[in-house]
Amino acid sequence: MQDAKSFKEYKSQIDEALGNDFLRTAMDNFAVAYRTGRANAFANIDDKALIKDIADAKDCAAQNIDELYAKFKEEAEKKGAVVHLAKDAQEANEIIGRIALEEKCKSIVKSKSMTAEETLLNHHLEDLDLQVIETDLGEWIIQLRHEGPSHMVMPAIHLSRHQVSDLFTDVTGKKQDDDIQKLVKVARRELRQKFTQADMGISGGNFAIAESGTVGVVTNEGNARLVTTLPRVHVALMGLDKLTPKLHDALRVLKALPRNATGQALTSYVTWVTGANECATAVDSTKKVHFVFLDNGRRALAKDPLFSQVLRCVRCGACANVCPVYRMVGGHKMGHIYIGAIGLILTYFFHGTDKAKNLVQNCINCGACKEICAGGIDLPGLIKEIHARIQDEEGHPLTSALLGKMMKNRKLFHKFLRIAKHAQKPVAGKDGFIRHLPMIFAPNHDFRALPTVAKVPFRDMWDKVKPAKVANPKHKVAIFSGCVQDFVYPEQSVATVESMRGKDIGLEFPMDQSCCGLPLQMMGEKEACKDVAIQNMEAFENSDCEYILTMCASCASHLKHNYPKMLGHDPKYAVRVQEFADKVIDYSSFMNDVIGVSEDDFLDSKGKKVTYHAPCHLCRGLEVKEAPRELMLKAGLDYIECAEEEVCCGFGGTYSVKFPKVSAQLLSKKMNNIKETGADILLTDCPGCVMQLRGGAKKNGLNVEVHHISELISERRK
Amino acid sequence: MTVDNGNVKLFTEKAGIAGAAVSEVSSLEEAFQYTMDLCGKKEACKLLVSGCEEGLSSKAGELCETKNGKTIAAPALSKKQFSSLGKLCSENGFVLLKDGLRKHLGGIDIGFSFVDHGIAETGSLVLNCRSEELRLATMVSEIHVAVLPKSKIVADSYDLESYMEECMKNADYTSFITGPSRTADIERVLAVGVHGPLELHILLLEGV
Ligand code: SF4
Ligand code: SF4
Repeated sequence: MQDAKSFKEYKSQIDEALGNDFLRTAMDNFAVAYRTGRANAFANIDDKALIKDIADAKDCAAQNIDELYAKFKEEAEKKGAVVHLAKDAQEANEIIGRIALEEKCKSIVKSKSMTAEETLLNHHLEDLDLQVIETDLGEWIIQLRHEGPSHMVMPAIHLSRHQVSDLFTDVTGKKQDDDIQKLVKVARRELRQKFTQADMGISGGNFAIAESGTVGVVTNEGNARLVTTLPRVHVALMGLDKLTPKLHDALRVLKALPRNATGQALTSYVTWVTGANECATAVDSTKKVHFVFLDNGRRALAKDPLFSQVLRCVRCGACANVCPVYRMVGGHKMGHIYIGAIGLILTYFFHGTDKAKNLVQNCINCGACKEICAGGIDLPGLIKEIHARIQDEEGHPLTSALLGKMMKNRKLFHKFLRIAKHAQKPVAGKDGFIRHLPMIFAPNHDFRALPTVAKVPFRDMWDKVKPAKVANPKHKVAIFSGCVQDFVYPEQSVATVESMRGKDIGLEFPMDQSCCGLPLQMMGEKEACKDVAIQNMEAFENSDCEYILTMCASCASHLKHNYPKMLGHDPKYAVRVQEFADKVIDYSSFMNDVIGVSEDDFLDSKGKKVTYHAPCHLCRGLEVKEAPRELMLKAGLDYIECAEEEVCCGFGGTYSVKFPKVSAQLLSKKMNNIKETGADILLTDCPGCVMQLRGGAKKNGLNVEVHHISELISERRK
Repeated sequence: MTVDNGNVKLFTEKAGIAGAAVSEVSSLEEAFQYTMDLCGKKEACKLLVSGCEEGLSSKAGELCETKNGKTIAAPALSKKQFSSLGKLCSENGFVLLKDGLRKHLGGIDIGFSFVDHGIAETGSLVLNCRSEELRLATMVSEIHVAVLPKSKIVADSYDLESYMEECMKNADYTSFITGPSRTADIERVLAVGVHGPLELHILLLEGV
């Protein structure tokens, strides 16, 4: 459970977590194994189509939550169960506590329920002098350790076998050894004994089928089957979001849930409980069954046009499995009770601003979670939105507000960059890096070298480098350079122009363009971000281009996807912004797919040994995967694939300033993977990644040149 | 009902991946004999149930002591079937239980069941178990032996929708069972039998 009082304290907790070697090794092994496991599990399945179907069905259910609840209640009660609705966590706990007392229960066995974690049910029941035992092995372990889960599906992933062995030694009073198979058997016997005594079983529910009043529970261990069978009272606690019209909806989710969670086709047990079943120890041999539904803000959420998609979550935990930040810091630092990407969001809605405000900043916006989510939820988008909301509620930090003000005014911003060029003189080295960092950045930012601002920005070179006018151009293209390629790495923009020489491309560079606005969004400055978007849209409306070409993956994905999200609902801009967004294209796709350069365009000599880093905003943000690889091969480069090529390099713009140590860890992992390829040159499609990776190579003394792909493409042109 | 050999093949493969042992039997007698052999082989020289040999708390240890002799539970057999299995058991010196399984939570060696359907896509069994005894037999035992007629194997779970919806018209308890009980909660190392059976044996029955 994340409990930092201030951002500073949160950061120091993060730094501490980064020092936990066991955790990091465990997470690394898991992350790599998970990716293969999931891919195999989905081998013959169109996962995108399945996810879309789930998303649509869940959206529809969320819109009919009240009707579904009414139907469920009617059906379940016809079959002997009692159905309750709790407006918040406390009410849910009280209902369950009351049932326990009325039924004279003393001992309770529980099978895993995230909803019960959400309401902190155990505390409430223990206050009533009830004995509560978690029976899911991982949950039992962390219960004994008085901790919260650190992963939704593998709650004890942060613990080693030695820790578990020590714990079991304490619990049994007998010395245990470190053999996992033996420890599991000990748990089997210890927990079996708890089952024999329990009067009440509490489970969660993965599905609540309205048509028949059925609850479906998914487990691997089978404890849910015992929990719902042995005790004479069964209570299932679940969120209203588990309601679904028909069995078919549940079966469909079941196709994705275990595959996404652990790469299994199906878990060992799926239990479907309808009504009150036989129970030998109950009065009349019929079990007392209570289904408790928790609202806790879910109905309000269902009405929110943007956030209702949160209710699509099926709690597979995949968003944590692929999150590079979670992988570094673990669940206790990346969530309050719910963890990982969805945890950052749910914490805000279920546990409040106070619990969420630090967490929500700890997303690098790499999009890995969004790509994999079983409900197709735009997790990073929502995380940013919550960050912005919290700032609106609590006031914007001074730096972010100032930056917002400055960047809203293009001329002022560019002037600042021009001044920076002079101001950096005392610290600028001859090699294009800043020699030592100004005090505000030191000391944690020393993990990478930072570049100096270029002598002449691209916009001032344009007149000289622009190609001669083409009479009947094949394609009319306007360049969006982005701040970094304009003011720091103008040579990348020059290389872009050079690389399409002789291809009949009409090129222009609208001077009124400004920063794309992504850094503002990252900082939660929504209004400034919108202003900048309008300025850019207008700057390009004056040109009659077919394509808006950007060599920065982050700019491209921001312009293409976020602009319509920000402006699309405003009738004044809706059509215009869509027209703008439709024209946006990234460098590699343009060269490879639109111009269609071929081997014949490039030198016959053997190209250099290169490897590649896939920018998050290219491979996931724009779903461009093949184009850069094809381009490198066509150009005759000796391309060697890098391990974890699509994993974030740790740049994340302002993120790396806020969480330098996480950024540094991600970077060092990248550096190791790159080193292993033995390549001399590292290419990528984003100037931000170039900045991070080049800085990292310099600091690590890695003998690898880092370039934007356009630079080698232009170098290899015939 | 007809047998779809493609489904049988896929089922066998997927159930195997999930850790089940799949065999073919041509008759119920053969299934009974299989169960006898299995029970005989099981920890042939000791009567301990899984985990009892480890260091347990005294309470958990007491539970282990409630078990004596090798036991097979088969609550859902017809009278005739039960008596023929019973005969075999007494010849082999095993105890055959029909009910009262709550008294045997310390351990049952084998739970024997007929399952209602198989799902080829995932290698899952579908067991309708409104009867508490049947639920216990298939959960509390160390080994679950399930007889599945080949003709009852469907391609995927969607094919069972109407069957299940029919079941769910009244109070009902249905389980999908895929492989033995497992966990990966400690260091992600796979371990079987954390709560339910350590082994799942599926006997595919010809004909029927
Ligand atoms: S966008 Fe990336 S960093 Fe952010 S939560 Fe998702 S996976 Fe984690
Ligand atoms: S948000 Fe998506 S990926 Fe994360 S747990 Fe929910 S369904 Fe799974």
